[in-house]
Amino acid sequence: MSADRDRPPEPEDAPPADSRSESSARTSTELLAVRDLRIWYGTDRGPVRAVDRVSLDLAPGQALGLVGESGCGKSTLGRGLLGMLPPAAATDGEIRFQGRNLIGMSPARLRSLHGPAHGMIFQEPLTRLDPLMRVSEHFEETLHTHQPDLTRDEARHRALSALRGMGIPPTRYRSYPHEFSGGMRQRIMIALTLVLRPAFVVADEPTTALDVLVEAQIVRILADLRRNFATALLLITHNLGIVAESCDRVAVMYAGRIVEEGDVRQVFGAPAHPYTRELLASTISLATTELHYIPGAPPDLVDPPPGCRFHPRCPEAMRVCPARDPVDVEVDVGHRAACWLHGPESLVPPGMDARLTQGAIGVADEA
Amino acid sequence: MAARSGSMRRYLLQRLALVVPMVWVLVTLVFLLMRVAPGDPVSAALGGRLSPAALAARRHAAGFDKPLVVQYGEYLRDVVTLNFGQTLTDNRPVREVLIDNGGATLTLTLAALIVAFAVGLPLGRRAGRHRDTPPDVGIRLFGIITYAAPVFFLGLILQLVFGVFLDWLPTSDQAGPVVQAEVPTRTHILLLDALLAGQWNSFVDVLRHLILPAVTLGLLLAGVLIRLVRVNLIQTLRSDYVEAARARGIRESDVVGRHAFRNALVPVVTVMGLQIALLLGGAVLTEETFNWPGIGSQLVNYLNERDYTAVQGIITVFAVAVVVVSLLIDVVSAVVDPRVRY
Repeated sequence: MSADRDRPPEPEDAPPADSRSESSARTSTELLAVRDLRIWYGTDRGPVRAVDRVSLDLAPGQALGLVGESGCGKSTLGRGLLGMLPPAAATDGEIRFQGRNLIGMSPARLRSLHGPAHGMIFQEPLTRLDPLMRVSEHFEETLHTHQPDLTRDEARHRALSALRGMGIPPTRYRSYPHEFSGGMRQRIMIALTLVLRPAFVVADEPTTALDVLVEAQIVRILADLRRNFATALLLITHNLGIVAESCDRVAVMYAGRIVEEGDVRQVFGAPAHPYTRELLASTISLATTELHYIPGAPPDLVDPPPGCRFHPRCPEAMRVCPARDPVDVEVDVGHRAACWLHGPESLVPPGMDARLTQGAIGVADEA
Repeated sequence: MAARSGSMRRYLLQRLALVVPMVWVLVTLVFLLMRVAPGDPVSAALGGRLSPAALAARRHAAGFDKPLVVQYGEYLRDVVTLNFGQTLTDNRPVREVLIDNGGATLTLTLAALIVAFAVGLPLGRRAGRHRDTPPDVGIRLFGIITYAAPVFFLGLILQLVFGVFLDWLPTSDQAGPVVQAEVPTRTHILLLDALLAGQWNSFVDVLRHLILPAVTLGLLLAGVLIRLVRVNLIQTLRSDYVEAARARGIRESDVVGRHAFRNALVPVVTVMGLQIALLLGGAVLTEETFNWPGIGSQLVNYLNERDYTAVQGIITVFAVAVVVVSLLIDVVSAVVDPRVRY
């Protein structure tokens, strides 16, 4: 843990904070409020800053898509929000969940939240169920841990109705995990997460390992879930189509930071950050004639580039980009982006808005 | 449910069918190995001590003058009828040797297994759960030493410490002479016989004799067990279903005990089946060290006497024991792991 963990939260007078409070005023009371969250892993080469000063809000029943390339810290952020990081990870900042700060919470209290308050759906459905335990035993164990007063019959009833909601027939209740297909196992995992009716669910690439038909099924289930149970959802995915289909808002993450966040239609319709534009241009559709890609790779998080971390790959980089960290700017109501293209003008020194050529980027990196 | 028990039954039948060829291959190997040495067992055992005529008579009686194929056929018949012929040196039926001394070996190996599991499972679990902590390092060191130390050396050390210096435990034979004379033989398992006869003091005496040999042999196996359990537990603790269980808020003790430890035992069961050979080999040395009247020490005696008939019979029994135990292990892993049945 870092020494500055106890420092007071920064005053919330920056523009992005205003935009957040506005957007939260539109929806109901906040379920999750993250402020300046930093998560890093200690390694021999130095700290890996997997999540770097991330702030976001989530209201009950809201679905937020989290997109970005591999290695941008999406999964670390998702696990961090649930307090499920490996022991080697250190955190700083604030994760206010239902009014309580998860950072610094004792492991025992955190554990009591895992399951009834929040849950997680994973990428690999094939290996997430204990191969030696029947499906029924998974449900009984989970329900019994959090609701010891529940009778066997009640637990069975709850489990079967959760499974029925996912299209798993009661006749399969006593089966072992290996007797199910991948799609069925993912539905069982979702039922197992939902049986405790959590207020917040993180789904980390829940459909990546599944075929497209099963994917559509799972996406529909996740969309239904927040409508029916007012469960908030953080959906981590590479698939922008799924986000467009099943999320209210989207956050674009690059190198540990959220570079753009807003309403799904606004962000995808009028992307403000060059990275979002590049990401959208890289998707494949029937109209695709040529594959677009972003040159280069996400940076090494031990030693990220200075200023805007996207500037070495950015087609629109300016001289200010490597020199100064961009600040969150509200480009529209409830739509923020951290990019110097959107100002604020007052912070860009004169002449620094000139374009960077590729050669100059190299020089700037050296400096 | 019917389908599931059906698949279990099918699995068992398949597995049982495999036993016959396995035993056949082993028995044939034993037969061939005994015939590789030049000359024949009778000449080797008794040559120079008997007149040529008497020697020829003994060779004829033992069937060593017949063609190899005929000998092999007779040997196979002997194995099937569990009649292993007469020993060459003391002219006892080999079957009698096996019955008289088998109980002691059975007692020793079972007791050693209990020691191995009682020591190996909790230590391996602790080391795996608290990886790279001082207890883990200590337990690993203990495991390596008990596995690497020769059985007779470990046995001698234990005899020296607990038998001589502390004088707590007997170091030889499986009971005092009085007890051996008093307990009526029924099952050929002295511990059981003492219990059946209601001789509580004899039972305690046999038990006290059993401790040091069982610990010696058990620790040999415990060393393997500790390492196996530790490595497998470290792996299962990192597995996806363990993380998923934690995400559901399952108590850490349940995560370790019910999910990680149980799954870690699946490969352990399989490998322990293979280690039964180690156990039997260790039993021979342990019996020698503690003057334990089992078939292992008989084997050493007959080997020294070059009594090939007796050696052949005893080794055959050892081989069959390994096959039977590996069958049992497969059944156990089918019960533990539902995936094996398919």
